[in-house]
Amino acid sequence: MTILYAGVVLGALGVLFGLVLTYAGKKFHVEVDERIELVKNCLGGANCGACGYAGCDQFAKVVVEGKEKPSKCVPAGEKGIKEMAKIMGIEDTAPEKMIARVLCGGIHGIAKERYHYDGYKSCAVAAGIAGGPKECMYSCIGLGDCMDHCAFNAISMVDGVAHVDEDKCRACGTCVAACPRGAIQLLPASQSVIVTCRNKDVAKFARAVCMNACIGCGRCKKECAYGAIEVIDGYAHIDPVKCTRCGACAEVCPCKCIVDLIKQSVGAMERV
Amino acid sequence: MNGIVNVLLFMVSCVFTNNFIFSKFLGCCPFLGVSNKVETAASMGLAVTFVMTIASLFSYMVYHWILVPLGLTFMETIAFILVIAALVQFVEMFLKKASPSLYGALGIYLPLITTNCAVLGVATLNVSEGYNLFYSVLNGAFSAIGFLVAIVLMAGVRERLEGSKIPECMKGFPISLVTAGLMAMAFMGFSGLV
Repeated sequence: MTILYAGVVLGALGVLFGLVLTYAGKKFHVEVDERIELVKNCLGGANCGACGYAGCDQFAKVVVEGKEKPSKCVPAGEKGIKEMAKIMGIEDTAPEKMIARVLCGGIHGIAKERYHYDGYKSCAVAAGIAGGPKECMYSCIGLGDCMDHCAFNAISMVDGVAHVDEDKCRACGTCVAACPRGAIQLLPASQSVIVTCRNKDVAKFARAVCMNACIGCGRCKKECAYGAIEVIDGYAHIDPVKCTRCGACAEVCPCKCIVDLIKQSVGAMERV
Repeated sequence: MNGIVNVLLFMVSCVFTNNFIFSKFLGCCPFLGVSNKVETAASMGLAVTFVMTIASLFSYMVYHWILVPLGLTFMETIAFILVIAALVQFVEMFLKKASPSLYGALGIYLPLITTNCAVLGVATLNVSEGYNLFYSVLNGAFSAIGFLVAIVLMAGVRERLEGSKIPECMKGFPISLVTAGLMAMAFMGFSGLV
C-alpha cells in the first residue's frame, strides 16, 4: 500500500510542478526574434571569435539588428553567408574562399635543430628560448599553438610542422594570430602553387639551417612565363592574380620549397 | 528579547560556526570550480543564496504538509530533488523575464545549482534538526550567506595566488586545496563562539 502511495505522491508532485512550469513558461515567455535562431544555424558555430564578437550567439544578434554584415563570419562559408543574406533580405556576397597555409617546409631531418626542446608544449614559450628549437628563425616551431587555437580541428602536426586540413579549414584566422613566428597565412583557396618558406637570410645562411629553405636564387622567376614571381626580402613571392597555377616554377625550384599542391595530391593518389 | 537574541545567534552560527563549506564540507564543487574571480564567485554565491532560501521554504512545506501526513518520510531525498530541480527551472524563467541583466550575470550558474549538494543538504538538515518553518528558512538563507562569504574569500585569495610565485608542483588545484584547508582551520576558531 505504501509503495502505491509513494508512487502516486511523487507522480502527483511531478505533474503539479510540470503544470506550474508550463504555466510559468507561457507567462514568462520572452519574445525573441526567430531570425536570430535561423541566422545562428548558418554560422560557423565554433565560437571562434574571428568576427570580433563574444560568440556565435552575439554575432547572430547583431546581424539581425542590422549592425553587421553576414560576410563578417568567414567560417560560415559561401553557402551560409548567402543563406543569412536571404533570411535578412539583404544583398551580401561571400569574400573569396581562403585557406590557412603553413609557409614552412622544415620537417624533421630537413630543418636543422638548434637544441632538443623538452619543455612546456607551446611554440610561444619555445620561441623565446635561445631563438627556438630549430635553427631557422622563420620556421614553424611545431609545438602546436595553432592546433590548440583551431576551433575546427583542422590542424595537425606532421613531422614537426603544422599541417592544415583543407576540407576542415574555415579560414577564421585564429591560427594566423596564434603563431608566434607568423608562419601561417590566409591565401586564396584556389592558389595551389605556394612558396613554403619565408627565410629572409642570404642563400648561404638559409641553406645552412634548412635543406628546404628558399635561397632566393630567382630560378622560378626566370621560369615563370607570366611574370607572377618576384624575389623580395630574399625569398620568392607569387602574385596570385598573375599566377595561372601552371606549376612550372615548382618543377625547377632547386630547394623544393615551391609546392604544387595539385601535383602533390595527384602524386599521392598514384602512390596509393 | 530572548527570542531576538536567539535568532541573532542562530544567524551567526549559520554563517560562521556551521559554515557549509568549512565545517560541513557541502558544496565543495562550485567552491573550487567557480572561485577564480571575485565577480563570478559573488554571482554564484548570490544565486545559491536565492535558491537555498526558497528551497528551504518549499522543501519544508512538501515534507511537513505532504510527506509526514502520508507517512512517506523515507522519500524525502527524492522529493527534495524534485522540488529543487523544479524551483531552479522556475527561478531561471522568472529571472529571464523580470531581470535580463541579472539573468545574464548568473548565466550558467543557475542550472548548475540544481546539482549543488549544499541546496539538498540544507533541505535534509532542516528536517533532521527538526527546525520549524521560520528557522528552516532562516537556516537556508544564512547558511547560503555563509557559502557566499566562503566562496568570495576563496576567490580573493586565489586572485592573489595568480600573481605570486608558487612551486611548479603546487600550481593550480594543489595550492587551492591547501588554501581551502587552511581556511577551514581558521573557521574552526569560530566554533566556540555560539
